[in-house]
Amino acid sequence: MNVSPTPNSFRNGPDERGHFGMHGGRFVAETLMPLIHELEAAYNDAKKDPAFKREMTHHLKHYVGRPSPIYFAERLTEEIGGAKIYLKREDLNHTGAHKVNNVLGQIMLARRMGKKRIIAETGAGMHGVATATLCAKFGLECIVYMGAVDIERQRPNMMRMNALGAKVVPVTSGSSTLKDAMNEALRDWVTNVGSTFYCIGTVAGPHPYPAMVRDFQCVIGDEVRVQMQEAEGRLPDSLIACIGGGSNAMGLFHPFLDDASVEIYGVEAAGHGLDKLHAASIAGGRPGVLHGNRTYLLMDKDGQIEEAHSISAGLDYPGIGPEHAWLHDVGRVNFLSATDDEAVEAFQQLCRIEGIIPALESAHALAKVPEIAAKKPKDHLMVVNLSGRGDKDLDSVAARLGGKI
Amino acid sequence: MTTRIDTRLADLKAQGRAALVTFLTAGDPDPKLSLEILRALPKAGADMIELGMPFTDPMADGPAIQASSQRALKGGATLAKTLDMVRTFRKDEAATPIILMGYYNPIYIYGVDKFLADAKDAGVDGLIVVDLPPEEDEELCLPALKAGLNFIRLATPTTDDKRLPAVLANTSGFVYYVSITGITGTAKPDANAVAKAVARIKGHTKLPVAVGFGVRTAEDARAIASKADGVVVGSALIDALKGTLDAEGRGNGKTVSAVTSLVSSLAEGVRSARSA
Ligand SMILES: Cc1ncc(COP(=O)(O)O)c(C=O)c1O
Repeated sequence: MNVSPTPNSFRNGPDERGHFGMHGGRFVAETLMPLIHELEAAYNDAKKDPAFKREMTHHLKHYVGRPSPIYFAERLTEEIGGAKIYLKREDLNHTGAHKVNNVLGQIMLARRMGKKRIIAETGAGMHGVATATLCAKFGLECIVYMGAVDIERQRPNMMRMNALGAKVVPVTSGSSTLKDAMNEALRDWVTNVGSTFYCIGTVAGPHPYPAMVRDFQCVIGDEVRVQMQEAEGRLPDSLIACIGGGSNAMGLFHPFLDDASVEIYGVEAAGHGLDKLHAASIAGGRPGVLHGNRTYLLMDKDGQIEEAHSISAGLDYPGIGPEHAWLHDVGRVNFLSATDDEAVEAFQQLCRIEGIIPALESAHALAKVPEIAAKKPKDHLMVVNLSGRGDKDLDSVAARLGGKI
Repeated sequence: MTTRIDTRLADLKAQGRAALVTFLTAGDPDPKLSLEILRALPKAGADMIELGMPFTDPMADGPAIQASSQRALKGGATLAKTLDMVRTFRKDEAATPIILMGYYNPIYIYGVDKFLADAKDAGVDGLIVVDLPPEEDEELCLPALKAGLNFIRLATPTTDDKRLPAVLANTSGFVYYVSITGITGTAKPDANAVAKAVARIKGHTKLPVAVGFGVRTAEDARAIASKADGVVVGSALIDALKGTLDAEGRGNGKTVSAVTSLVSSLAEGVRSARSA
């Protein structure tokens, strides 16, 4: 780790080689390395430039619609009967999820670097939609790789991307889901490295992506600090978010990592159950190397990557961002998991009693709220990250409930 | 330390010709045929052999090698079985170098020290691990050099003069110049651009330079062999193999000869390069 002015901080990582403890790093083909150094330099430069920050702030406010509210979920709180539950409403952002915060940052960086062709991978399609949206806004070519299976279960998002002028490329290799879409995006990048910016959708990939995506998502937690101060006059006592790669979670958690009083929970997708098919890399995986970084991965005993399963396409990834892997190793974040059934139940509950349709991804975080919140006193302040809205998931939920919704 | 790779390349240099390096995936299309192909390669004209370690997620490979990995994994391929295959090959072939090529995760999970000891013991001479750039040398490159295995690094069109010294620093055996920016088995290299690149690399190192990615025919091989110390052919051989498979991906009596006859023709191309 870097030697830092604030010793014992959880917020100093990664070191200059991109390591969070044993995780992270830069495990990519030589063709990409020169560009990765160029990207790192461009990002470091942008971070120091007040004009970059000003422009970001402007677009976050006027285009994305930030700050997103925190909402006191009064009826949910009543029903659970414990902690006071607040929802951070990332579902109210333009494009309907937290993904847009990161995409805005990366697209501004791509513009700075003079790149006109943008590629992305997407699972649920929310990252693809965000990328297609900002490419449309700034007049950039946009190609989105999406697993054929995910295209089937997230049709509305594919149609949104098409409408926004992006080219959606179906990926049929491997398990035809997010991991394979990422392989295909990396293949495109290796081939078109000179002209192309790869906009990664979560806090994973080779350094500097995990740190850069985190920085762009920290707007979530930074706002929560201010908003809880306004609403309650103090910091929250606990934070909870779902984890696919972990970008919405990292954005909420990171600004609070050094606040020892704040309990932090990340919820992975337990799919059919942790002893069956699932997508919980920390609960059911071990450290390995894939997609440019070392982290917890689902794999067999020979190091072959296993297919992940979750009802939510956005959590259906066999890995997790390397900073989360480290926060697990050092014990700062508690990792839990929720099954498909639990997520669907939480989805219905929020629809029914709060009039909010959450993304199935976010529903995984909501699914763990009752068991944690019920044990807490009434003055415990809990913030749940509502990472996105659930319109895209109505078909999946209907199918699960036997066609009736 | 002198390895089989060093010896073979020095011999060929004395003969005034480039090396033909052929690639196959261990266990493709099944363990038995794969071993037969491996054993037939030296006689067919392969000077060095790259043996692919199958991986579920070969990010830098095109469709041919991806599918070849999938076939091998479906047939039960593991890293331990790949090493066994080399051990069997070495029983009656002492001179032809074997280079294992693949991705880091299966090696990492096998255990780096155990892998290096077992690979050395099986008769492996060098390693190419696509997703380990010099920035991650401590993972495998430095331990491999200590264990007496060559660590062969890829240089690419994006590796500029500023970066080349870092790429070459811990490289041994030879430098593998990737003639295109892209994945295996796609674009065709431009012989003039390759000649320039080889000259540029040779300005930085005394190591031999082999060139691969996109070489398909005897004609391509001849063109590259007149500029470089070695020519690597992979996807074209895998396509030849695949051409013999039935709908379920099973091989037959023609599988081995489909590969060896292409190797023979490539070898002729390589051998005629300097005399042409
Ligand atoms: C609404 C929503 N939440 C969460 C995720 C998971 O991503 P991450 O774990 O990076 O936040 C996705 C991914 O598609 C998503 O669309």
